Amino acid sequence: MDISLSQVEYRYQANTPFERIAIQDVSIDIPTGTYLALIGHTGSGKSTVLQHLNALLVPTEGTVKIGEHEIKSHQKNKNLREVRQKVGIVFQFPEHQLFEETVEKDIIFGPMNFGVSEKEAKARAREALKQVGLGEEILEKSPFDLSGGQMRRVAIAGVLAMNPDVLVLDEPTAGLDPRGRNEIMEMFYTLHKKRNLSTILVTHSMEDAAKYADQIVIMQRGRVMKKGTPTEIFSSPSELVKMGLDVPEVVRFQMKLEQKLSVKLDKVYLSIEELSSAVAELLGRGVRT
Amino acid sequence: MTKKPIISLNDVCFQYDGQDNYALHSVTFDIYEGEWLAIVGHNGSGKSTMAKLLNGLQFPNQGKITVCGLPLTEENVWDIRKQLGMVFQNPDNQFVGTTVEDDVAFGLENMGIPREEMVLRVQDSLKKVKMEQFLYQEPHHLSGGQKQRVAIAGVLALSPSIIILDEATSMLDPRGREEVLEVVRDLKNENRLTVISITHDLEEAAKADRIIVMNKGEVYREGTPEEIFSMDEELIKLGLDIPFSVKIGKAFRQKGIDLPKHYLTEEELVTELWTSHSHK
Amino acid sequence: MMEKMIFGRYVPIPSVIHKMDPRSKLIIIFLFVAIIFLANNWITYALIALYTFFMLGLSKVPFRFLYGGLKPVIWLVLFTFLLQLFFTKGGNLVFDWGPIEIYEEGIRMGLFISLRFFFLILITSLLTLTTTPIEITDGLETLLTPLKKLRFPVHEMALMMSISLRFIPTLMQETDKIMKAQIARGVEFASGPIKERIKAVIPLLIPLFVSSFKRAEELAIAMEARGYRGGEGRTKYRQLSWRMIDTLQVGLLVILTILLIIFRS
Ligand SMILES: Nc1ncnc2c1ncn2[C@@H]1O[C@H](COP(=O)(O)OP(=O)(O)OP(=O)(O)O)[C@@H](O)[C@H]1O
Ligand SMILES: Nc1ncnc2c1ncn2[C@@H]1O[C@H](COP(=O)(O)OP(=O)(O)OP(=O)(O)O)[C@@H](O)[C@H]1O
Ligand SMILES: [Mg+2]
Ligand SMILES: [Mg+2]
Repeated sequence: MDISLSQVEYRYQANTPFERIAIQDVSIDIPTGTYLALIGHTGSGKSTVLQHLNALLVPTEGTVKIGEHEIKSHQKNKNLREVRQKVGIVFQFPEHQLFEETVEKDIIFGPMNFGVSEKEAKARAREALKQVGLGEEILEKSPFDLSGGQMRRVAIAGVLAMNPDVLVLDEPTAGLDPRGRNEIMEMFYTLHKKRNLSTILVTHSMEDAAKYADQIVIMQRGRVMKKGTPTEIFSSPSELVKMGLDVPEVVRFQMKLEQKLSVKLDKVYLSIEELSSAVAELLGRGVRT
Repeated sequence: MTKKPIISLNDVCFQYDGQDNYALHSVTFDIYEGEWLAIVGHNGSGKSTMAKLLNGLQFPNQGKITVCGLPLTEENVWDIRKQLGMVFQNPDNQFVGTTVEDDVAFGLENMGIPREEMVLRVQDSLKKVKMEQFLYQEPHHLSGGQKQRVAIAGVLALSPSIIILDEATSMLDPRGREEVLEVVRDLKNENRLTVISITHDLEEAAKADRIIVMNKGEVYREGTPEEIFSMDEELIKLGLDIPFSVKIGKAFRQKGIDLPKHYLTEEELVTELWTSHSHK
Repeated sequence: MMEKMIFGRYVPIPSVIHKMDPRSKLIIIFLFVAIIFLANNWITYALIALYTFFMLGLSKVPFRFLYGGLKPVIWLVLFTFLLQLFFTKGGNLVFDWGPIEIYEEGIRMGLFISLRFFFLILITSLLTLTTTPIEITDGLETLLTPLKKLRFPVHEMALMMSISLRFIPTLMQETDKIMKAQIARGVEFASGPIKERIKAVIPLLIPLFVSSFKRAEELAIAMEARGYRGGEGRTKYRQLSWRMIDTLQVGLLVILTILLIIFRS
């Protein structure tokens, strides 16, 4: 499902003395199958953009197109439910949304709200649980008896069970240990490829952005500062540093190495594998040339 | 440097009511005065439980804890809390006051410090965490990093000798995280603090003086960052990770670049590549 | 919306009334509520009116904010007026139309009682318009201190109030977040039959309850770690200062009381 935002503006508490522009003039195209990473400082408007992707917020100016649906400011927008069924959103700390008595009931809650039969929903629950790396034995447990990491996975399974075409992720790994973080990011990536989803990820981790995304959008003070492929974005690392943003560790290392050895590698490398090969080759040749 | 234990744990076991497993099992180690100790471990490995025991928020079922020479008991727990400040993970759930100054004053009020002195200490500690301009600000107008700095100021105001950070930066963005760590680093140097930092951030742990690795309620290993990070794949099995410079060092070695040891910072590694490989 | 919830209706502008000690404001309000019942003729009501408008003037609070406070109760005032109008008998019959009879006394009582209402509301709104909730809490705590002797948990009550005030915005954000998360899972909060809508509240309330509980637990731990162990031996950082203006204001109210006693019939 193609998504596009054109010149979207959103004001919180519009027409009150506390009105506040959170994002403005945001235009982003997300064709089907794109993995897009949204990065920027806290308060730059990332979560606000995300909430437009399944019509939780309706723009105060501009248009959001989600598949066939057009959501415009100043007009009654119908059939938002259809949009919400197609776009699954995993909020920050999604375990806070759990409420049912058992894990199974919680996972089937979403699908059944959208009219999926109980039988079908239960089948999907099993499937989703497997995807997030949990066993079926926890289906009958109360979600509140699980560990933090398990709760997170159950909440994610609840979103996956809605079989969305678009997956929107707001810092899905915050607070997890390194292994949990890695497993969940890999899980989303596998799913993205296998189901040909569009995935939109908000993250503070430049490593994840460089590793998984096809497209990166940098937000600053409510505006889109820059967009492009990871290679494009990180090929001018000093620009990011100037904005007070991090660059991936690999890129940072390459910068330091280039400076120390006073050389310039042919391009910016985004993985340890590639960079180490390039450096090995360089050192093999001898740098003194 | 002479190492003087400021905290010691001896065969400490702890079990939450109604739980089958021990949250901590037979934990024994010392924490030395003036060091920066990082405690790492997978989710649920018992790190927070340990922090709670050190502060007398829970008492062990078995074993002995000594803090600043005092055995930790119900009687002197309040004296120990004066020595040992804690900053927790969630910036919102530890902000008690309605404004920044009230929050910093909270601990002082509890100690019964006279008001004139409180005013001075509040201003002084807020200055130390670079938040002096936010005296009258309300918490919901502050960023996560700012709230955590206020929490640190609240701890500092009581001039403790030990500060425990229980994942104090894990809900912050990179900039907020750096702000907070920088403040703690400066404070440690100026005030001879002992810092115990519970963290999932291995880059941060790599900068510590010493690391303790927890696994399933037990101390799995303790040592310097060099020692710990040379465990390599073993760490990944424990649910942890290795710092970037160690990872790339490994990749270099595989590509035939000869490196004599593990490098914990990128600077060291870059310097090594420069000295021994580029102009021989 | 959020800001409004937090501050009640506090209007942050510099005025004499804003600067007053919350204790004197509270004392004045309590007294005012009592002495307004002394008024029973045109002169005494005029005195009350004069006093009320004088205070409003001093506070510099724009009229629309006062109106905001009056709006919800205006019907109540009107209703009381009508009630008195129709059911109080006495004096000359002014109006007679079938079952409806209106007497002079009815008009008088209707006007007096609704005016009393009106002034009470104005003066009490003035308190919330010029005093932050936390100041009111501080004022109450200090004023009620003597009750500690009777084992009344004054400090605990005040702490509870200030913590609630502190957490209202946090709770609002939390509510908004959970609501959005459940809407994304297909819950309709704002449409559908009433039964469905009531059912829709469960996925909101349970997570809210769970997270508040967790919050409370973490907060309690944080407070204990910072040495909190009840009001005993605690000092206070927030300080109230009673100034000349407070004495003058209380004096003014005493004068009003005396005048009311002299002029009431
Ligand atoms: N419910 C709200 N009411 C009023 N203002 C809001 C609300 N939510 C967000 N804002 C404001 O809108 C701006 C953008 O916020 P947003 O949450 O989108 O940022 P973000 O990039 O997601 O930040 P973070 O990295 O901290 O999650 C901020 O200035 C924020 O204060
Ligand atoms: N209040 C509690 N009641 C019962 N069990 C608890 C409680 N708090 C923690 N536990 C259990 O004790 C064990 C250790 O938990 P602890 O919170 O100390 O882990 P942690 O290392 O801090 O993990 P994390 O990295 O997730 O913060 C876990 O199995 C956890 O489920
Ligand atoms: Mg956000
Ligand atoms: Mg913990």
